[in-house]
Formats: sequence, C-alpha cells, structure tokens
Amino acid sequence: MGREEFLFLLAGLKWTVALSVVAFLCGSIAGLIVALARTSGIFIVERLTAGYIAVFQGTPLLMQLFVVYYGLALIGIQMDAWAAVSVGLTLHASAFLGEIWRGSIEAVPRGQTEAAKALSLGYVSRMKDVVLPQAIRISLPATIGFLVQLIKGTSLASIVGFTELTRAGNIISNQIFQPLTVFGVVGALYFLMCCPLTIYGAHLERKFLTASR
Amino acid sequence: MNQTMNSATTTEPMISLSGVEKWYGAFKALDNINMSVAKGEKIVLCGPSGSGKSTLIRCINHLEAYQKGDIHVGGIMLGHGSKTIDAVRREVGMVFQQFNLFPHLTVLQNCMLAPMRSLGIDKAQAEDRARTLLERVKISEQAEKYPAQLSGGQQQRVAIARALCMRPKAMLFDEPTSALDPEMVKEVLDTMIALAEEGMTMICVTHEMGFARQVADRVIFMASGAIVEEAPPAEFFSNPKHERTRKFLGEILGRH
Ligand SMILES: Nc1ncnc2c1ncn2[C@@H]1O[C@H](COP(=O)(O)OP(=O)(O)O)[C@@H](O)[C@H]1O
Ligand SMILES: [Mg+2]
Repeated sequence: MGREEFLFLLAGLKWTVALSVVAFLCGSIAGLIVALARTSGIFIVERLTAGYIAVFQGTPLLMQLFVVYYGLALIGIQMDAWAAVSVGLTLHASAFLGEIWRGSIEAVPRGQTEAAKALSLGYVSRMKDVVLPQAIRISLPATIGFLVQLIKGTSLASIVGFTELTRAGNIISNQIFQPLTVFGVVGALYFLMCCPLTIYGAHLERKFLTASR
Repeated sequence: MNQTMNSATTTEPMISLSGVEKWYGAFKALDNINMSVAKGEKIVLCGPSGSGKSTLIRCINHLEAYQKGDIHVGGIMLGHGSKTIDAVRREVGMVFQQFNLFPHLTVLQNCMLAPMRSLGIDKAQAEDRARTLLERVKISEQAEKYPAQLSGGQQQRVAIARALCMRPKAMLFDEPTSALDPEMVKEVLDTMIALAEEGMTMICVTHEMGFARQVADRVIFMASGAIVEEAPPAEFFSNPKHERTRKFLGEILGRH
C-alpha cells in the first residue's frame, strides 16, 4: 500500500471524525432534551420519550440509517448521503444519550432537588445549577463508552454510499487487492481513536468509585 | 423571654394550618391538622417514627402536596399553583436531616446560589450576605471548601446559613441532629438556640428534649398523623395528658 492509498484512507478518516463529532454534538443537544422530557414528571411526555428511546434501542443502527436515507427520499425530502447519515446518527445518539442521562439524573439523590425547591429555585435553575452538573459527572464513563460505540457505528454509513474510513478501505482494497493490509490499517486507525477514549472512561470510572467511598 | 412589641398588625399567625389532610394513596399520613404559629414562636414537633412529622413540615413549603385544608405562611395562602408555592418558599427556610448541601459547589457558592437565582440579588451582594451568615454560624474559615471536606456538624451549620441567606421569616428543621455523631450535636443545637434568641419563628422536628425545654414555646406531640397533645414544655414533660404521650416520653427520656 502506497502513500497515495494511505492519504485516501486519511481522507476517509476525516469524514469518520466529522460524522462522529456532528452526531455526538447534535445527539447531545437532542439527547439532553430527551433526558429532560423523560424525567419531566409529565406522564404523556415521559411515555412518548420512552417509546422513542425503545424504538432506537430495539432496532439495528443500520436499519435506522436505511429508514432515514431511503425513507426521507420517499416522502420527497432530498438529502445527500452526508446529511442523511448525520441525521440518522444524531437521532440514534439522542436516544441512547437520552437514556444514559435519564439514569444519571435519577441517580442524583432526591434530597438535592428537595433542597433546591426549598430554596425556591425554579425548574431551570434546579436543573442547570444543581442536578445536571452532578448528573453529567455520574454519566461521564457511560457517555464516553457510547461515544466509542458511535465512532465505530459511523462505519455503517459506508453501506448507504458515504465515503468514510471503512468505505475508503473498501475502495482501496478493491484497487490493490491487499485486503489484510488495508483493513489492518483501517482497524488500527479506529483503534487509535477509540482506545484513548476507553482508557479515559475507565480512568474516570475508577476516580468516581474511589470518590464515592 | 419577653419579646418587645413589634406592632399591632402582627396578630396574624406566621404559619397556620387548618384542616390539613394528606394521603399517600390509600394511607392517610396527616389527619385534620390544625395549628397556628405566631411570629417569633418556637415549636418543637415530636412523636414516634412514622407519625407524620416530616410530612407535616414538608407540606408547609409544599415539598409534599396535600389534599385537603388550607395553609397560610406569612400572610400568603399556599395554593397549589407555582406562584404562591415559590412565594412561600422564599419566606421559609428548611434544614434537612441529611444536610442536602450541593456537593459540586463550595460552601460559599452553596450559600450564594438561591439568593442570586430566586431573589435576583447581584453576586457581590450575595457573597456579602453569605460571608456574614457563615460568620454567624461560626464557619467562615471554611467558605472556599467543598461540603465533603467538612464534618457533619459543620455541614449542617452551612445548611442553616444557606437557608438564612434567603432572609426567611420562618425556619423549618427536620431532625437536624439525627444524622450527626453525638459530639457534633451540640454545635448545631447551639446555632439553633442562637437563632431562636434572635427571634426567628421556628418549627423543629427533634427528639432533643433538652433543646425543647430550653427553647420551645410549645411542644406538639403527633401520633398516627394527628396532633395528640400540645403544651408548653414545662407542662408537656411534667404532666402529659395522654397515654400515648406518656409512653413516648418514657421511651425517649429513658434512652438518654
Ligand atoms: N412517599 C411516601 N409514600 C408512601 N408513604 C409515605 C411516603 N412518605 C412517608 N410515608 C408514610 O407516611 C407516614 C409518615 O411519614 P413521615 O412524615 O416521614 O413520619 P415521621 O417524619 O414522623 O417519621 C409513614 O407511615 C410513612 O411510611
Ligand atoms: Mg421524619
């Protein structure tokens, strides 16, 4: 595998990173809304978000990408592959992050909310100043774990024709007929992205474990 | 204690409950509660575990909803809408058994948050107020520390200061010393006694009978969600009228 092929893989890597970042950022914003809705105390809102989460947790990511990519085209919304997979991954991330953060919000002791209420803090301040800072801390290991899943999940975008790292590997492999070498390099690139995150997540988990003793 | 006359208009009680009833599902936790607390009055609320003491004081700032009756606080009728609930919560401070300090904020930030967010005072003013009150509960050297770095007794005194930063008209205490190691009980009780001497209206759920004798104007005894007996401490301890009160006092005083 030559320099040119390697540069082509790096171009694919660039899109994998871009897709991961967009899906994670947009998914975080949407996921926060999902988590807040899921803990809103309003029955119908909680049931609806529970359903939303269940759909995304109960179906394969690939299917979700198909539905967004072909489904939106069917109802007349034209989107290029990049936009479609971004939307698909964002929805996917919003459901998973929403569920992770729901758990973290509920893990913050009730006394915190009660003390905030007794001090006459309104919902926005209770969440922003009291509950979420603690919930985010609690959720960090799981959130990072999901980010790693998400990075690897972007490889499914290759199936709808988006040239990220995996599809770039496919293309090169078909050109130079060295699948082992090419996918070895592709795998190493994924590993270089994910492994530091995994280590960092494990580190945080240990830190919180000792802090809560 | 002879309170100086404030004005003729303060005959209206600071806190009053009339006919308050609360159910948890089919379980009646509060049964026709009627009580009235005058400005500056100190009430000690006692009774066996599960008798509804916490439920009662948590209804006063609407941490618990109730199904029947009326509650007035500082002239505000506690409705079930968020407007009057917020108004009442600005007027009454609450101190919890488990302190419930915000662990991610420093002592100073704990005290500054609510005045800034719900009274809308500016940061410098809030800090000023917080430092003054931390001084008053004798903990000003710890202002930059986090709650986890303090002892239980110190945390509870911070919790009292945090509530006082809202300049409340009345304070509710729910077993403020029950979670403390014995050697820390006194520092918290002393803080509460000082507060009482300054004329704060207080309702304290506590089994510290020494505190009740020294500070309370009235002791109210609850059992099974109802008020069984109320009397000034001297009378309450020397001449309890009801069998349940006698039995309770026997258990409580026997323990000490
Ligand atoms: N959230 C709740 N759901 C159901 N029952 C409750 C709840 N909170 C308290 N209770 C019941 O109400 C009664 C009064 O409780 P509480 O006010 O905490 O008593 P106390 O503070 O006097 O120990 C108890 O029997 C308790 O089991
Ligand atoms: Mg209680």
